Amino acid sequence: MSNNLPETSQHFVADASATPVHVVDSLDETDKARSTWADAWDAMRTRPMFWIALSLIFVIVLVAVFPRLFTAEAPNSGCLLPNSNGGPEAGHPFGFTRQGCDVFARVIFGAQASLVVGLLATALVTAFGIVIGALAGYYGGFLDAVVSRVGDIFFAIPTVLGAIVLISVLPERTPVVIALVLAIFAWPQIARIMRGAVLSARSADYVTASTALGVSRFRILIRHVLPNAIAPVIVVATTSLGSFIVAEATLSFLGIGLPPNIMSWGNDIGQARTSVQTAPMVLFYPAAALSLTVLSFLMLGDVVRDALDPKARARR
Amino acid sequence: MIGNQAMTSPQSSSDRAAAAPLLEIKNLEVGFKTQRGFIPAVEGVSMRLEAGQTLAIVGESGSGKSTTAQAIIDLLPGAGKVTGGQILFEGRDLTTLAPKEMQAVRGNLIGYVPQDPMSNLNPVWNIGFQVEEAIRANGVAKGKAARARTIEVLQQAGLADAEVRLKQYPHQFSGGMRQRVLIGIGLSSRPKLLIADEPTSALDVTVQRKILDHIETLTRDYGTSVLFITHDLGLAVERADQLVVMYKGKVVESGRSVDILANPLHPYTQKLVAAAPNLASRRIQSARRPESTRKLDIASIGSVDDRMMAKADARDSGPSENLVTVDDITKIYRIRRGGFKTDELKAVDGVSFTMPRGTTTAIVGESGSGKSTVAKLMLQLETITSGSIRFDGQDVAKLKGADLLKFRRRVQPVFQDPYGSLDPVYSVGNTISEPLRAHGIGDKKSRSARVYELLEQVALPASTVNRYPNELSGGQRQRIAIARALALKPDVLVLDEAVSALDVLVQGQVLELLTDLQAELELTYLFITHDLAVVRLIADTVCVMQSGKIVERATTDEVFDNPREEYTRTLLEAIPGAHFEFGR
Repeated sequence: MSNNLPETSQHFVADASATPVHVVDSLDETDKARSTWADAWDAMRTRPMFWIALSLIFVIVLVAVFPRLFTAEAPNSGCLLPNSNGGPEAGHPFGFTRQGCDVFARVIFGAQASLVVGLLATALVTAFGIVIGALAGYYGGFLDAVVSRVGDIFFAIPTVLGAIVLISVLPERTPVVIALVLAIFAWPQIARIMRGAVLSARSADYVTASTALGVSRFRILIRHVLPNAIAPVIVVATTSLGSFIVAEATLSFLGIGLPPNIMSWGNDIGQARTSVQTAPMVLFYPAAALSLTVLSFLMLGDVVRDALDPKARARR
Repeated sequence: MIGNQAMTSPQSSSDRAAAAPLLEIKNLEVGFKTQRGFIPAVEGVSMRLEAGQTLAIVGESGSGKSTTAQAIIDLLPGAGKVTGGQILFEGRDLTTLAPKEMQAVRGNLIGYVPQDPMSNLNPVWNIGFQVEEAIRANGVAKGKAARARTIEVLQQAGLADAEVRLKQYPHQFSGGMRQRVLIGIGLSSRPKLLIADEPTSALDVTVQRKILDHIETLTRDYGTSVLFITHDLGLAVERADQLVVMYKGKVVESGRSVDILANPLHPYTQKLVAAAPNLASRRIQSARRPESTRKLDIASIGSVDDRMMAKADARDSGPSENLVTVDDITKIYRIRRGGFKTDELKAVDGVSFTMPRGTTTAIVGESGSGKSTVAKLMLQLETITSGSIRFDGQDVAKLKGADLLKFRRRVQPVFQDPYGSLDPVYSVGNTISEPLRAHGIGDKKSRSARVYELLEQVALPASTVNRYPNELSGGQRQRIAIARALALKPDVLVLDEAVSALDVLVQGQVLELLTDLQAELELTYLFITHDLAVVRLIADTVCVMQSGKIVERATTDEVFDNPREEYTRTLLEAIPGAHFEFGR
């Protein structure tokens, strides 16, 4: 700037032994190799919430698959009307429903339907949404326009409302059918997220590099774009599992979900509603089971999001 | 560490400012809390800045230079903390101030100009509002006076029609104009110290020059001291009285900038100065000069360049057939303008040049000059609107299917951003072997052997195979990208700003590697860059591009020693410290 200022400082040089010059850009070979997924696993592993959510989910799955391990009571048979809305007693810790059935047994047996609907609907939505979203985002053009508009149409229909209409014309109502119906109305969400993620991954430099290397377009989609775009879908899928379970319960509560002969928390909540003032605990237990299940999946989704979110990752 | 480097010399003891410096940092320690524990970033740093003077802190990324600046104004990122030492500003220790008191210092007494003008203005508020906000917040003026001061600040920032432009939004301003606005904000309350953190590294050289002149004029008028944070030695020597060289969180050398750069004493500074590309550096190209002058050059340069020149010599004797002939190519983009209207943008306009085998052709230009589009056309990633590119006798625009695949094998790209060009979910081994797999070359075993061979060629240890890009530095990633490009034994590498994002020393290392590989494998490079100084180190011929056209095309020596075009001269003149004789 100005060289005519008085010289106010002397030339200082640090002791070379105190500040040794390292080899330029050397690789630290001591650290172990770290992939994105290994990093994400490490981040999840250290969170207590991850283990709490995982153990809860493990217990819920165990209950759903082997209900007999947890209760000797049959949920429907052995209902004695004298026990109607009875309080807890030995062997029946949660008391009895209005029909005199064991609440504990019903809660245990209800897990299966909820979980089947939740898992199946999530699997269907994720698979369909990934394929549609990826193709639309990656190839763009006419396909993208058609898929996006069709998605918009489905998006505009509230899932539960659409499901009510569709179910009312279906002859049969099993957990699989309910899951299918929910999936039909819920796929656009995943497809949209996938499309957006693919759009941003598609324009990454490594995709251009692979194109210039002569890798085919489809191969780039499978090998580069999808693995880099999948993280947000995983996050949404984990959290949407909870909302599918809630949707099933809602439909059953309204009386148009699973038929009464299939054990379901939604059904039980619907039935307990009539006697909520005299026997509130009959409503409380299935509702608590439902909340706990949804909560554990939401917690898992939260941990997964923190681990996979690139912004969160950069901070570590 | 003993860091009291800025002692007052007895001759100038009459200078009162020298007795009580504006800013004095004593043994500053700053660290960051991370998952792996507490990591020190600045260790025992001391420096001193007199009123009205300019000080530059120079260092590579991770040296702690920005952290030091952020510590001064208490803007360290969340996990950062000052753990020791003092920051004395006019005798007051800033590290002990309460947040409220610090607020009064920040902006009012110490102004700050951030690095990236693109992201530091809020896009939802107009320019006038944002400048006025700063003026009000610092209590410079109120009400109508604040508005008047805003206009004044913008006029000083070089906006002739400031009153009209008050209502405009950041996206209506160019990068250079935005940086002027930010400087205006930084100086709006006439602070005693202005901290400029890489204020021009995101800008073109000609814009950079204007911005630096602008800072200099304003701070001279106000008597403001300036603290530059920069990686650019040329900028430091041209703009700063005092220089502090930082390395791994410590000060390795400090003093008058001209003294240090003419006569660097610490081994690190010596390395840094030797690697800094500037117009005085003559490297590969000088090997092509007559025998007598070359000897002289060798003596004044050093051993690294001897090797390079020997290789360049060997290359010199080879045949110089034209591998690539670019003939009058044009690229027009259509931009949608709402409704059915489209605008045409001529990104490349009648560009012609040839690339002899085994040589480097550099395309230099500022942003928007169309240089990257030329690279994309060369790689056949975009279609040519008119004209032709002939590669080894074939018109590349007409290639399809198997022929296109063959062409792709022979012409490989290396991109600018070492953080974006490698797929983060692929290990290094998979990344390098991808082209081999894509073209079905060899079996698993021979591919893996080739990967190790390539790693050796780019001077990386074999254990790198299992690593992932996020564990590697920018320079290492760029070397991986080069290895991937070399996997198919191509003839041409298209290097699009391939070294621009790297630190000086790492940049030098990669350039050296590229030169070695060129000699070894008879590669032809198309080197796209905005940095003229780098061109001098690697190119044989230079094409200077401006708004889609080549304005000057000649050998590197001709362009640098005897530029014919006004534009080329402007570019050369704009390089900071262009004429300073660095001590080597």
